[in-house]
Amino acid sequence: MNQPLINLKNITKSFDGAVVLDDLNLSVAENTFVTLLGPSGCGKTTTLRIIGGFETADQGQVIFDGEDISKLPPNKRQLNTVFQKYALFTHMNIAENIAFGLKIKGKSKTYIQDKIKYALKLVNLDGFENRSVSSLSGGQQQRIAIARAIVNEPRVLLLDEPLGALDLKLRQDMQYELIRLKNELGITFIYVTHDQEEALTMSDTIVVMNQGYIQQTGTPEQIYNEPENAFVADFIGESNIIHGTMIRDELVEILGARFACVDKGFGTNKPVDVVIRPEDIDLVEPSRGTLTGICTHLIFKGVHYEMEVTTPDGFEWLVHSTDMCPVGKQVGIHVDPFDIQIMNKPASEDEEAVGVNE
Amino acid sequence: MSRLKSIFQQTWQNLYLAAILIFLYAPIATMMVLSFNSSKSRTQWGGFSLQWYRDMFASRNIMAALQNTLLIAFLSALIATVIGLAACIAINSMRTVPKAVIMGITNIPMLNADIVTGISLMLAFIAFGISLGFKTVLIAHITFNIPYVILSIMPKLKQTSRATYEAAMDLGAGPIYAFFKIVFPDILPGVLSGFLLAFTMSLDDFIITHFTRGAGINTLSTLIYSEVRRGIRPSMYALSTMIFLIVLSLLIISNFAPKKKEQI
Repeated sequence: MNQPLINLKNITKSFDGAVVLDDLNLSVAENTFVTLLGPSGCGKTTTLRIIGGFETADQGQVIFDGEDISKLPPNKRQLNTVFQKYALFTHMNIAENIAFGLKIKGKSKTYIQDKIKYALKLVNLDGFENRSVSSLSGGQQQRIAIARAIVNEPRVLLLDEPLGALDLKLRQDMQYELIRLKNELGITFIYVTHDQEEALTMSDTIVVMNQGYIQQTGTPEQIYNEPENAFVADFIGESNIIHGTMIRDELVEILGARFACVDKGFGTNKPVDVVIRPEDIDLVEPSRGTLTGICTHLIFKGVHYEMEVTTPDGFEWLVHSTDMCPVGKQVGIHVDPFDIQIMNKPASEDEEAVGVNE
Repeated sequence: MSRLKSIFQQTWQNLYLAAILIFLYAPIATMMVLSFNSSKSRTQWGGFSLQWYRDMFASRNIMAALQNTLLIAFLSALIATVIGLAACIAINSMRTVPKAVIMGITNIPMLNADIVTGISLMLAFIAFGISLGFKTVLIAHITFNIPYVILSIMPKLKQTSRATYEAAMDLGAGPIYAFFKIVFPDILPGVLSGFLLAFTMSLDDFIITHFTRGAGINTLSTLIYSEVRRGIRPSMYALSTMIFLIVLSLLIISNFAPKKKEQI
């Protein structure tokens, strides 16, 4: 794609001696939906706040459109933020909230009026100009917060877990709204969340973070299908992570059985981590399986059944399937070669945190 | 039987309440009544009269003291509010430990006995060669008012979320504009009640004023005190009644103003 709009270079940040971000590098291309995903305390919100200017990095630079904006206060930056708890101004009505940024920029009355109308239409809340903030539901307040940010025509919109306080149904609706908004406005979205489903649904690029390090950057498909380490595999969706040995290219040994796979270049007889998604496991006749085991758990989940198959060595395989296998039945386990994901083993704790960072 | 018991209980409760109210307010009521008594006697009702109020307004001493009192109360409350507000903003953004320490320090003057505060202020003024007079009283009042202002603004400031302030900055507002446009309206009830509290505290202070005033400067409370030594005149009753009513109305305003604000 074109040159990155935002470039974070060697960002380091610590609070009271605790390192939150350690030498973080990240570039964000124009007009993409980038999600920073990770468990709480992974540094994703701090990263966003550094981009927004609410925190300053101890070291490193924030480059925006080729310019170093590391020292610029938030009010001088060409980006706007949608806050976690909306942060609407409760002593102003909706129109005044939306007009806040435009008034500071000294826009004309008619321009502001037009913009308010346009923004309310965009977030499907026409005619809400004179309503008070407290008369709005959570979802509506969130839309107003988005409207208030986008009327300023930022090049980048930062969103800090904006859907966190909404209920499931509303959250799903808002996800589609956000995708639509991004496409209509053509601006860059940087979105922070700990919800992997949200990230997979909306993003062009997902940045998985843990303990202040970027674990993996990629498209939702890449992140889900080809996790680069055990953390990513475990955090995004459910997975079976098994210790294995790479016998040679395209052949891996797990729990004493040999599976054909598609990965190359790990060397011979090398210990590796193997990721197999529960929905990629086929339960077959015991005679046709690469491994055999006994079904030990069965739960109906709606879309599929969740089962646990215990192999003789004691490993419990998590299996998702629309076909049911009763508890106590002996089954064979089969996995297609392209459904097996091989990862290098982390050499130490530290490297586990750093991940396979480019 | 139980009905009789409950009636008895009710009556007893009412009597008890009445007794408390009488103990609290009978002296003030007595003074108010006497302030309208045309006779100078404290035991005989000589008919209704506004004579003492006329006396009071005609007295140059009393009027000068009244002016001093109101001016000092207003100025000290205003200045203490400004300083207290600034202090609150600073304290609020401190880390936990320094915050607790500073809050503790600001609370000490409130717990400290007035007489200690008064004497130490007087000594300080004299030690630094500041002649006692209007300005020393004003400085003293500002000093003891600041903790009360901080006490009433701080909770309001803690309630406001940092996010709205940051949102204003995010939308292009400078720090000062963001504060006055976004944070200030939220804490205004606290600021107002802080001001009124300071005003009242200043209005009815006697001890600290007594020690920090120079010769020739009187506030109402010090004037009444010196009058009492010479034998009290009924115009003092009128004056005391006025002070009581002013303080009472300020307290009522400061209690109801914030609630009204929240309803809007």
